Amino acid sequence: MNRELIRELQSLLGAPAVLSLPEELLMYEYDGSIEKSPPDAVVFPSTTQQVSQIVKLVNKYDVPIVGRGAGTGLSGGAIPRAGGVMLVFARMNRVLSVDYENLRATVQPGLVNAELTRAVEHAGLYFAPDPSSQKSCTIGGNVAENSGGPHTLAYGVTTNHVTALELVLPDGEILRIGNAQGNPLGYDLCGLFVGSEGTLALVTEITVRLCRKAEAVKTLLAVFDSIDDASETVVDITARGITPAACEMMDGWTLQVIEDYVHAGFPMDSAAVILFEVEGLREIADTQAAAIAEICMAHHAREVRVARDTQERDLLWKGRKNAFGALGRISPCNYVLDGVIPRSKLPQTLRRIAEIGRASGLQIGNIFHAGDGNLHPLVLYDPRAPGRTEAALAAANQIIQYCVEVGGSLTGEHGVGMEKSELMPLIFSEADFALMRRVHDAFNPHANLNPAKIFPMGKGCGEIRVRHTGGHPAPPIPTNLGHAAPVAPKPNQPVARS
Amino acid sequence: MPQTAASLNASLASILDAGSVLTDPSALAAYAIDEVAPGAVVKPASAEQAAEVVRFALRERLAVIPVGSRGKLNIGNAPARYDIALDLTALNQIAHYDPGDLTLSVDAGCTLQTIADTLSPQKQFLPLSLAFGGQCTVAGTIAAGVDSPLRQFYGTARDFLVGAEFIDGTGTRVKSGGRVVKNVTGYDLHKLLIGSLGTLGIITRLNFRTFPVIDGGDSQSATFCAAFADAAAAIAFRQKIAASVFTPDAVEIVSPELGRIFAAKNPSAGGPSSVALGNWFSPEHWHVVVQCHGTPEVRSRYEAALRESAVDAGAKTNAAWPAQSEGYQSSEFGSEARTMGAFVNAAPRILRAASPGATIFKIAQLPAKLPALFNALSTVADEAQIPHALFARGLGITYFALLPLEPSRDAAIAQLAPASAKIFAACAAQSATAQMQFAPAQLKRRMNILGPERPDFAAMRRLKSAFDPHNIFAPGRLL
Repeated sequence: MNRELIRELQSLLGAPAVLSLPEELLMYEYDGSIEKSPPDAVVFPSTTQQVSQIVKLVNKYDVPIVGRGAGTGLSGGAIPRAGGVMLVFARMNRVLSVDYENLRATVQPGLVNAELTRAVEHAGLYFAPDPSSQKSCTIGGNVAENSGGPHTLAYGVTTNHVTALELVLPDGEILRIGNAQGNPLGYDLCGLFVGSEGTLALVTEITVRLCRKAEAVKTLLAVFDSIDDASETVVDITARGITPAACEMMDGWTLQVIEDYVHAGFPMDSAAVILFEVEGLREIADTQAAAIAEICMAHHAREVRVARDTQERDLLWKGRKNAFGALGRISPCNYVLDGVIPRSKLPQTLRRIAEIGRASGLQIGNIFHAGDGNLHPLVLYDPRAPGRTEAALAAANQIIQYCVEVGGSLTGEHGVGMEKSELMPLIFSEADFALMRRVHDAFNPHANLNPAKIFPMGKGCGEIRVRHTGGHPAPPIPTNLGHAAPVAPKPNQPVARS
Repeated sequence: MPQTAASLNASLASILDAGSVLTDPSALAAYAIDEVAPGAVVKPASAEQAAEVVRFALRERLAVIPVGSRGKLNIGNAPARYDIALDLTALNQIAHYDPGDLTLSVDAGCTLQTIADTLSPQKQFLPLSLAFGGQCTVAGTIAAGVDSPLRQFYGTARDFLVGAEFIDGTGTRVKSGGRVVKNVTGYDLHKLLIGSLGTLGIITRLNFRTFPVIDGGDSQSATFCAAFADAAAAIAFRQKIAASVFTPDAVEIVSPELGRIFAAKNPSAGGPSSVALGNWFSPEHWHVVVQCHGTPEVRSRYEAALRESAVDAGAKTNAAWPAQSEGYQSSEFGSEARTMGAFVNAAPRILRAASPGATIFKIAQLPAKLPALFNALSTVADEAQIPHALFARGLGITYFALLPLEPSRDAAIAQLAPASAKIFAACAAQSATAQMQFAPAQLKRRMNILGPERPDFAAMRRLKSAFDPHNIFAPGRLL
């Protein structure tokens, strides 16, 4: 990295806001995925103006720029694949304003998701998107990835809750899009930028909708002796037009691992459970809970428990939201998938995943958003054992290919990033990429912002650069369909994932 | 390269069957947009044929405007150029319907009626705009960006459009999104098509998530109406609902002038017919119409809570309280429209019928800021001595109509132009965003429907160039 650039960054931001020593940068070379690649410098802007100045300054040196929130992403979206300067939004973490009458909040990108709800819950309000990492992930990251969460089944994912954005474009221009009310007149720019994975602009301010807490909440745990019965239950509930606030499924093996860790009271001997939540007026919550329980029993549920109080409810959710941490205790590495399928195809897909697991000799756990067909198969493997990493990636590819075959998609909420870019041709044609690339280039023509993401390598042409900028080994470049070989995967960490 | 009408038709006929190319001047007139007629009308039988037409247009640098049932073509600026009308009504198949997944994939030219007929046996529906009736095409509805009263509960198309196939400005068939209800694979380009007025791409197929019908089993819809002395009280009632645990399907505020137009509505106005309006809408009051659905228990809770909130907010009458209805959905698609909800739903049509020069703005503003907005809008109209009416839709979309009485078109335009400029300025001053949704062609030739240059127009132009590098799609219609 150019020392002159570091000096200029230091004089712009003050020395404490700039990191450039290799040992300081180690913390920023990874996210929640299995990839890694270090930045050449990390900077901590405090204002939108500073973000714009940093971008303009870095552009003079023709060095890539990558934005990062908390680094909990699961697709490598915040990994500086081509090195360069990373902007970390940790100092831009304030709630700027709350409009209680109109149910809006304007926040900075580095605000932790759960902090927003904490700031407004005294008024009976909350921010609906609730990734399992909500205690650490940032709203800026949620916007970049269009994050979901268990309760987005009824309330929608991040894009459904963002009404306006302030952006810094890759040339340093500051731009406001959308409006506080949220109805775009003209092109829906927020609709494009939310979920663009940090490849079109850096987000510096976000206006979101707040939701009002429902009058009544009921949490149910349905216990099944067969995975087929559990998945048929989800199909039936969906087909009958019942939309719970959440509908989360966990298989029996995963449950045992969770129960050992969290002690949430999950049964140790079941084949699967479904965690339901219904919300609304008392009468509606009661009716829906009764209807769901009846459908569960019709599909041979062993029992349907209803959480008696908030404490029981919180414990059940603690089990769900800490599942990934629990799995980290028993396997050196896991690879979490994010495929989506039509909900009517759930039983056959779960059977196929089990077959793939058996054939590959790998343990595959299932803990996922059943209600919206968003699967999270977890392939557990030991990277130290010869061939196991390759086997895990091969099994993952088979699962994703099956999701696509039954009419589904690669990713429901984690994003493409650098993790799934090589799988994109399963969904999109050359023509589709050509248009997406023109849209990319309309805002990020030199690919200086978050290069080498979303687009498969080779389909991004020259403008999607993976480039060595000095100081560190060149990042790995995937050469085959599937995956960049995870170089020395880091051990699992007990952090929540979605 | 400019072509004579004869050579244009000959070229198009070589791509499509001769029968799919219309050349008769009277046929062309039926496709006119703001008094501009196309040079030719083509009706492709497939998405691929449509793409061939686009590639031909690209080679010849001809302007293409996609059309469906042509009910909403007067939304948008007058076209700068209009060589080919691409009529997509022959692309009218239900491509895929998975009732168990509540997902639907339909061709561009499918009508809302066809979609309703497909979904209703499965007790599902699509909460899209119904204001123009079941004959409108789904792609036209999306491209026009129109909404429905149900947006209060179901959101707008951007909340349930999950994917699209379209032809871009290079003549290439492309797609975005998928057929599943949750998906972050690739850029959400399909969202950009909503309200794009045909300027970004030619939609050939749209994928939606569907919803269980409102009326089914024990659950039925109910409509309530309360009357207030002024706008502030009506908005206060609306705010009380928003601050409660209740989540109605629709909350619509109707101004006194619109109430008068409803009450005086004659059958030729294009609104619902054979409606017994009774004293629901009086010309002295502001009205708030609320629709909810649920079991009898739920409906009676709504009734009690709404009545209490209305009285708190100073309701003047509640004579029509509650009015049982079939809901917006069935009222429009049923054999007869019988509800006040149907009136509100049809308000844009009824307003345009009330005055030939009707100029209707669609304005996005936060609900609690509506009193100031309403004041500013009515001040502009009063100063210009133009009668006006408005209705405010769920979650802060206001339709404000200038209804000039001037019989002479030129005189009306002379009155409307400065008033419209002031409306854009008044909205901007309150951080509200406005679009001129309906206006006489002569007025639109004098100002952009999105008003004066906004900071985000440059970004929109970049997108237009990315989708349509040679500006062959509906040039001038949006920016």
